[in-house]
Amino acid sequence: MKGIITVIGKDKVGILAQISGICAEYGVNVVEVTQSILQDMFCMIMLIDIEKANIPFTEFAEKAKKMGEEHCLTVHVMHEDVFNSMHRI
Amino acid sequence: MINTRDILETINMIQEENLDIRTITMGISLLDCADSDIDKSCSKIYDKICKKAEKLVKTGEDIEKEYGIPIINKRISVTPIAMVSAASGGDPVKYAKILDKAAKTVGVNFLGGYSALVQKGFAAGDERLIRSIPEALAETDRICSSVNIGSTKAGINMDAVRLMGQIVKESAEKTRDKGLVGPSKLVVFCNAPDDNPFMAGAFHGAGEPDCVINVGVSGPGVVRAAVSKIPDADITEVADTVKKTAFKITRMGQLVAKEASKRLGVPFGIVDLSLAPTPAVGDSVAHILEEMGLEQCGACGTTACLALLNDAVKKGGVMASSHVGGLSGAFIPVSEDAGMIDAARNQVLSIEKLEAMTAVCSVGLDMIAIPGDTPAEVIAAIIADEAAIGMVNSKTTAVRVIPAIGKKDGEEIEFGGLFGVSPIMKVNTASPAKFISRGGRIPAPLQSLKN
Repeated sequence: MKGIITVIGKDKVGILAQISGICAEYGVNVVEVTQSILQDMFCMIMLIDIEKANIPFTEFAEKAKKMGEEHCLTVHVMHEDVFNSMHRI
Repeated sequence: MINTRDILETINMIQEENLDIRTITMGISLLDCADSDIDKSCSKIYDKICKKAEKLVKTGEDIEKEYGIPIINKRISVTPIAMVSAASGGDPVKYAKILDKAAKTVGVNFLGGYSALVQKGFAAGDERLIRSIPEALAETDRICSSVNIGSTKAGINMDAVRLMGQIVKESAEKTRDKGLVGPSKLVVFCNAPDDNPFMAGAFHGAGEPDCVINVGVSGPGVVRAAVSKIPDADITEVADTVKKTAFKITRMGQLVAKEASKRLGVPFGIVDLSLAPTPAVGDSVAHILEEMGLEQCGACGTTACLALLNDAVKKGGVMASSHVGGLSGAFIPVSEDAGMIDAARNQVLSIEKLEAMTAVCSVGLDMIAIPGDTPAEVIAAIIADEAAIGMVNSKTTAVRVIPAIGKKDGEEIEFGGLFGVSPIMKVNTASPAKFISRGGRIPAPLQSLKN
């Protein structure tokens, strides 16, 4: 199963490291990353593979969201199907 | 990978524009629970609901977490209880109580189907059930009731209309100390759909399978935001934008419906394409109409804007889902829509305008508080008018009015939660008593020579 992580927040040092750190910790494989700076907002989208994750998807989503809050970032982890079904016929 | 803009659009719809799945409703047939002994009948009903819906709430919550889409309600609709109680006889309130208990056991917030279908006349059990509605709604917490009093094929049962005028009023009187919850959970229909997932009018029709999953989507906020991004576009473009947005919203509904159906091992029924408002800021159907260019909902032009909205939502939604059904259209419940509440407060929106609006959108006069001293025959006549619109136009219409006992027009009542606040609206009280007292049936309308 694949998921998508989105991270939005004020740009600062170490965001990518933090997010990829939490992925590594729970056995989540990062497949693809795109990032851009819109004005001074940092915006990163990560495609992840959670087949080999060592915790359930919902728990991982919760942990990523919490970590985001601690660092003033808005982090969402959602199932890839949500985007596929909405934007692809 | 899907492009960044699309991903952010979806996230924004959920975070900022209140996109949600309004309800996953499990329809359960109770026809096999009917027994000549009412107690046996009740225990079979309790067992069947608890078995079928055991994992409904948990599954809904799991999907919500996994997909990141809020699923607001998990509910159950059952076979109209009048059909079951016809076999057993006895006091139908017993059924209401056992259904309430089952709803609490499985954790759903509403269970619909304390209903009777009497468009052509009363069968065994129907009249007794209807007369028990005020007591049933007063003594239970989660039961919703509906009565179908007319259809395009059968005409309008005016005896039932007269009776429902009294029942609505009695229901308000019985729950005057409980925030008037009785009439807010009672819908009087013409052309009631068999697969409606939305409360309070949901029931599981006689032609439906044993168990089925129906999903109601929502998203007035998303549509409003989309229209607000094209302030200078012409109406063709507005309609196109609404259509595209409805497509995206409905895709979410389809995804959730299929996933829920797979996990529960229950067939997928339909996705209901309704735009269902809530009192939350930014989740109003009235605000979409205002975004199209009306100063306030209720102004001249409201019916035209609503017709466009309703049609575009259907056109977009139909393409996005394999099975569409239920009510599928824009809802205009006054007390549940921040824009409608404001318009009613400013007296820009009247019951007469709302009645015209119901000719071009889903449902009907919904969640409207009327003065507590409105006579039962006036309520019956409101029901008759609304049913006539539905009957002649081959569409569903309904009435859910709340007589605010002890209050007059201009005052307000608060229902709390999703039911919202409602200014009490002025009702024309010239008497229709003679017309209502006649009883009988309005014959089914001609389906050709349409002008």
